Parts: sequence; structure tokens; C-alpha cells
Amino acid sequence: MLIYLVKRLFWMVPVLLGITIISFGVMHLAPGDITTLETSLNPRSGMEAREKLREAYNLDEPLHVQYWLWLKRVAVLDFGQSFSSDNRPVLTKIGERLPVTLAINIASLLVILAVALPVGVISAVRQNSLLDRSLTVIVFLAFAIPGFWLALLLMVLFGVQLGWLPVSGIHGFDYEQLGFWGKLGDLAEHLVLPVVVSAFAGIAAFSRYVRSNMLEVIRQDYVLTARAKGLAERTVIYRHALRNALLPVITLLGLSVPGLIGGSVIFETIFGIPGMGQLFFNAVLMRDYPVVMGILVIGAILTLLGNLLADLAYAWADPRVRRGLASS
Amino acid sequence: MAETAPPFAIRRWILGGLALALSGLAGAAVPDREGAPAHGGERMVAVAAEASNLIPFMAGDSASSAVGGLIHATLLRYDKNLELTAALAKRWSVSEDGKKLTFHLREGVRFPDGHPFTSEDVAFTWRTVVDPETRTPYGQQYRRVSRIETPDRHTFIAHYDEPYAPALSTWASLSILPAHLLRDENINTTDFARDPIGLGPYGLERWMAGQSLHLRANDAYYRGRPYIGRVSFRIIPDTTTQFLELEAGHIDQMSPSPTLFKRTFPKREDLRERIATYSYLGSNYTYLGFNLRRKPFTDIRVRRAIAHAIDRTELMKGVTLGLAERISAPYKPGTRWYPDDIDPYEYDPAQARRMLTEAGWKDADGDGVREKKGRELAFEIITNNDNKERQIAATLIQRRLRQVGIDITVRLVEWATFISQYINKHDFDAVILGWSLSPDPDQYSIWHSSQQKPGQFNFVGLEDPEVDRLLEEGLRVFKPRKRAEIYHELARELLEACPIVYLYAPYSLSAIDRRIRNIEPAPAGIEYNVEEWYIPEPLQRIEIQR
Repeated sequence: MLIYLVKRLFWMVPVLLGITIISFGVMHLAPGDITTLETSLNPRSGMEAREKLREAYNLDEPLHVQYWLWLKRVAVLDFGQSFSSDNRPVLTKIGERLPVTLAINIASLLVILAVALPVGVISAVRQNSLLDRSLTVIVFLAFAIPGFWLALLLMVLFGVQLGWLPVSGIHGFDYEQLGFWGKLGDLAEHLVLPVVVSAFAGIAAFSRYVRSNMLEVIRQDYVLTARAKGLAERTVIYRHALRNALLPVITLLGLSVPGLIGGSVIFETIFGIPGMGQLFFNAVLMRDYPVVMGILVIGAILTLLGNLLADLAYAWADPRVRRGLASS
Repeated sequence: MAETAPPFAIRRWILGGLALALSGLAGAAVPDREGAPAHGGERMVAVAAEASNLIPFMAGDSASSAVGGLIHATLLRYDKNLELTAALAKRWSVSEDGKKLTFHLREGVRFPDGHPFTSEDVAFTWRTVVDPETRTPYGQQYRRVSRIETPDRHTFIAHYDEPYAPALSTWASLSILPAHLLRDENINTTDFARDPIGLGPYGLERWMAGQSLHLRANDAYYRGRPYIGRVSFRIIPDTTTQFLELEAGHIDQMSPSPTLFKRTFPKREDLRERIATYSYLGSNYTYLGFNLRRKPFTDIRVRRAIAHAIDRTELMKGVTLGLAERISAPYKPGTRWYPDDIDPYEYDPAQARRMLTEAGWKDADGDGVREKKGRELAFEIITNNDNKERQIAATLIQRRLRQVGIDITVRLVEWATFISQYINKHDFDAVILGWSLSPDPDQYSIWHSSQQKPGQFNFVGLEDPEVDRLLEEGLRVFKPRKRAEIYHELARELLEACPIVYLYAPYSLSAIDRRIRNIEPAPAGIEYNVEEWYIPEPLQRIEIQR
């Protein structure tokens, strides 16, 4: 098992290196760089200024030299400074935004699980009943509603008309004056709408997934055996069937780890949330290479770790897999 | 009773501690019509983007200059009519030969930390902006200064090798930095960029990254403490969200879209009672520019025919809902640089057709598109994909030009690609773009024939000896009246040569809570006198303690 883990971790290095080379190359294939943008169509800045800036950012070096310079810095965990005019360290910029995005995504993941699991199970157990059908319709409707539209609707209702919740932002002006619970309450209140909206489509997809897995499992022989033993229906469904139906979910959760840091541009823009989506989108448009690379590298590492974790969790949950890993 | 209880309980649970503070904000009374000027209160402004660097010449984005402009001050400034006037320099003089500018600085001015402002601060700022190590796009215009002198603490002299008339305006945009704080700092990486101290009406109080910026009135401001005690900028990228926040009473000021301005506000009686809207001429214009190196634009008759074929009234209505003005010169109407007696190209499709026929373009095969020597009269208009207004403009132009026998295709390109692949490489037929108008009329870098290298700004490729002569003369003449004559002449010459077709100059739009008083739109916009805006005492909200 330990050997397996070491092997996997070892293999991550060349994979990561490959990912960075490709990302670096693709990003620099896009025409233009930060200096064309910073000085673009500004008659008060000249060619000379642009050359100076290119020099300052090492953009006048050949691509492989730029990559080497970047790699050398990253090897000591220095992701460099943003090219945008704030010149701040990439890690600081990411560090400012990551907690927000993580909080929203983890919260919405929990909401998704909390709602989708029972919905999926009920639909499966009562397959083709009126309840199942109505749940199906509701779920597909939810899936079809555009997130930005729902967001605006909820903002108008709860933010403007009723005045119960803040319309946008992640904390109030007096946030830093509040005590621990006050801060938590303030954050919670600001996060309600974003979390609900971002969980909405996920609930639909996830509950369908649970339903189909559950349907498959219910037909298995061991469920029949459990029933034949005279176990209560609850026990059969929740102890025996659900456990097995949830196995593939582990993989799904593992794969959603990188998604946790991704963030969404549209949704963050609407709610005025300074998250990773906005940061990444603007960095790409601005050709802010250090920030783009920083996010890509962190994303790649998380994806690889997420995969590894999923595999390990799978092994932990399923003895058959565990035996397979040990022998490999 | 039982039915109403749960939501209320949930509501209390959700709202936590902020409810009181917010209800204080939301519950602001409908403003009365009177109210004397008073100090205090807070103005909350919605901005679409976060400032990046509060040293103004280090940042190119408008968010940074909006905030930085309140924190720092300059030697000269523009008044409401966009005329140069005294600021940190109480008076100034230009030598007879135009090569020496002398600024007599105001005495007794202090930075908020108590340190006195002297000519050394000006000298330090100049040295910093021209330092090749400083990562600024704006250094070049200050490198024209060959030598500076600071004969005493309150005099600053700049020497130029050549007379340079726009020099005064460059000193009106250079924010003076405190030498005593920055002398040993690296300007590219200093913390000062996010924690500045300046001579402007407001000082930075707190910056909540990605969320908001809070400024506080500078008691030491040389023109007297501004009335409004605090200005806060909340970063809300989406205009609709900004509008909802305005509606909920959480912000006081935003820039609405033309649709909100023209369609939503007039319909909402409740909003109009609380919110005042302002429209005033902005500082930019949109144009259709030709690549003069390419056929058919080498023929002036074709360019003029196109100018006649475009219906500007329709464009302004369709693109900006009428919230724009027609212009025929590259200056802001209402300022001294804009000539009164200029005749624009009128919408006249018949005239356009005549001119095209005269130029040899005829529709021989009857497919509606003119041709000449077997080549169809067709070209491509490129514009950036993130600008909806330009897309609509391109589509409307396409239709009008089709009516006189010109076939247009429209291509939308991402901004960085647009600039680096098409504009800088001169690889385009025609573009729709905009120029900002600076208060100084000099446009040497845009129109002079020497400014055509890749990446320079005369990318349309205008080569007109008369335009060159006027641009050069404009750089040498300081006297505003004489300068105005030169630039009037330049405008007429440009219109004649028709390297671009002026489409429209859009209005800037603002929606501001009526409790904020003393806002007077002028040619300079509305924010030229923000330190004189005030909130009558009864309308000042309960301030959140920070």
C-alpha cells in the first residue's frame, strides 16, 4: 500500500511538469501580452515604455528561457509577482480569493449532498410512482433554470423586496469589528444566496446520479437476500443498498476537488464575490501569465491529489479494490 | 400567528448582527428639498472593478485613477470648463521662448502625516516617473523635461529643450508623491501602492481586497476639508446588481447603462423620488477608421462616400438610445478647442452613390454590390468582441453601406488579439474603435505621419503634410487662443481628409441618491467638485463604527 502511494506521488512530478509546459506554451500562443494591453491605445504612452515593460517582465527573452526562469522560481515555491499594475505576489492574490471560493463550493457541495441523496434514494425506491415523477420534473426544471436568472430573482425577492439578505458581496462594512459569532453570522448571511444558487444545478445532476445507481443496486441479489432475511425495509435500503450505491460517488467527489477552487465568473460577477473565477478570467484576458500559471499549477496539483484521494478512499471503502492495490 | 413565526425565526437566525446596521442604511428617509451644507456623512459608490495601484502613474486602469484622483493632488488642475487652473501651484509662468515652466507652490500645505509639502516632493515625483526602472507607461512625456531646478522650497522649474505646449497639461496629471516616505522605497513594489498618503481631499482608511475601498476626508486638504466625511467604493462588477443595491439603498451612486437610464428610471416613480440621474458628455468618441494604405480607401472619394452613407442619427438612437452627441472634430464639444463652424458629413445616400460612381465603382452585374475592374467594393470591419455597442454600430453601418452598394463583413476579435494582431500589424480594412479625449488638444501621436511604426497610434496611416504642420505648430504655441486657432484648423483638415468617420460621442451617465447635494454637471462632468458635495445633516446615515 505504501509502495503504491509513493509510486503514485512519484509519477505526479513528470505529469505536473508536462501540464505546466503545455499550459505555458498554450498561454503564450495567444496573441498579445500584458504590455500591449497596459499601453494599448494610450497616446500618452509610447513604444519606449512598452519595450521597458517587456524587459521588466522578461518578455523579451525566448519562450524556453522564460519557462526556465519561471520553473526555477516555482521550484522554491515562489510563484512570482502579478504582471498587473498592483505587482503583488501571485500567492497573495490567490490566497485572498481561495478561501471565499472554497467556502462557497464546499458549502454548496454539502447542500447538494444533503438534498440530492434523499431525493435520489426516494425516487429510486419509489420508482415510477407519482412522487418519483414529480421529483423528476422538478429536478429537470431546476437543471434547466439559468443560474444567473435565478440569482437575480432571489436577489430581487430577498435582497430588495423583503430586505432579509444582503444583495451582493461577501461581508458587511463592519465585518472586522464583529466578534467571532458576529463574523460567522455576517458571512453566513452573505453566503446564503450564492450557495443556494450554485447548489441548484448540482442537486439536479447529483440526485439523478444517485437514483440510477440506487436502481441498479436494488436489483442485486444481496438486496434480495437481505429482504429475504426479513430485515426491515429501512435497513435494507439505507444499510445495504445505499452503501454500495454510494461507492461510485467517492470517485465523483474526488473529481470535484479541483472544481472546488475553480469558481465561476458569471456567478461571482453577479454576486460581486471576489473569487477565483474572476481572478482567473481577468488574468487570462490581461495576459497576466504569473497569475494564470499559479492557478493552473495549483489546480493541477489538486486534481492529481483529488484523484489519488479518491482511489485511496475507494480502497478504504471496498475490500476488493484494496486487495487489488496491495498486490499491484 | 403560528404561520408567521417560522420565517421570522429563520430570518433572525440568518441575519445575525448586521441587521441593525443595514436597516439603518435601508431606512434612510426620503430627502427633503432643503438642507444646509454640513460636514459628515458617507457617500457609497459602486464601481465595476477594483483599483490596482494607488500611485496614479503606475496604474493604467480607470478604477485606480478614480480612487487615486481623490487621494493625490497635482500642481495644476482642470476647472469645470476644462481650463487649467491653480492647484498645488498657486501660480505658474511660461518663459518667452516656451522652454521654461516655473511653478510657484502653495505655502503651508501639509501631508496628512504633518510633513510639509515642498518643491523637493515635486522634484522627487518627476525623478521617479522618468526613472527607466519605474514600470510606468507614462514616463515618456516627462522625459521631455531636460532639467529641473528647485531654487527654494516653494519654487519648481522645469526646462525643456523644445517648446512643448502640452507640458502644462502633463503637470496637471502628475500626482505629487511624498518624498519623505518614498525616498528609500522601490516604487515598483512598495506597499505605498496599497497604503498611500497624498495631498488630495481624501485619504485611504481601509481596503478590503476584492470588496471595497474606504476613504476618509483629509483634514489637512489644502482647499479645506471636504464636506462629505467618507467615500466608499464597493466593487460590484455587474450593472444589474449595482442597480439592485441602489434600489435597496445600500449604495448612493452608480453609472447606469443606457437601458436602465432611459427605460427603467423614468418608469419607476418611487426611484425617481429618491434617485437623481445625470447625463453629460463623456470624454471619448467612437469612430470608423480606414486603413488608408489599402484599396479602396486610398481613394478619398470612397471615404467621403462612406461618411455620407452612414446615418449617424440612427446609430446614436440604436446604439446609445440617443444618449450621445454628434461630433465632427476630435475634441470635446463645449470646450475652446471644438470649432463652432464645422460642417459635418450629412446623411445623404444619393450623394454617396454619386461619389462612388464618380470614383468608378458601378454595379454592372446587378447584384447590388458595386465593382471596378472586376473587383467588388467589399471590405471587413473589425472590432472588439466585448463591446456590445460597437457590434451594434457595425451591424447598422453594414446595412446602410449595403444600400449604396458596398458589401461589408463584420469580424469580432478578443481585445488583446485585436490590438496585437490587427491594429499593431496594420492588418485590417476598417475598424470601429474609440479614442479618449484628453483636456489638452495635442494629438501628435495619433495623426502625425511619423507615428506609423507597428504599435504606434497613427495606425490608420494618415499622411497629410498640412496635418503634420499643424500638429507640429500646436506643440510650440502656448497661448490658448492661438492654440485654439491651430486646432480648429486641424479639425477642419482632418474632416476634409476623412481618415476616420466620427460616429458619436456617448454621454456619461450617473444615478445618485438625492440626499447628496451640490452636484452641478459642467463640461468637465460632475466629479470636478466632489469636495463641495455635501449631505444635509438630517440625511446623514447613522455611520457604522469602524
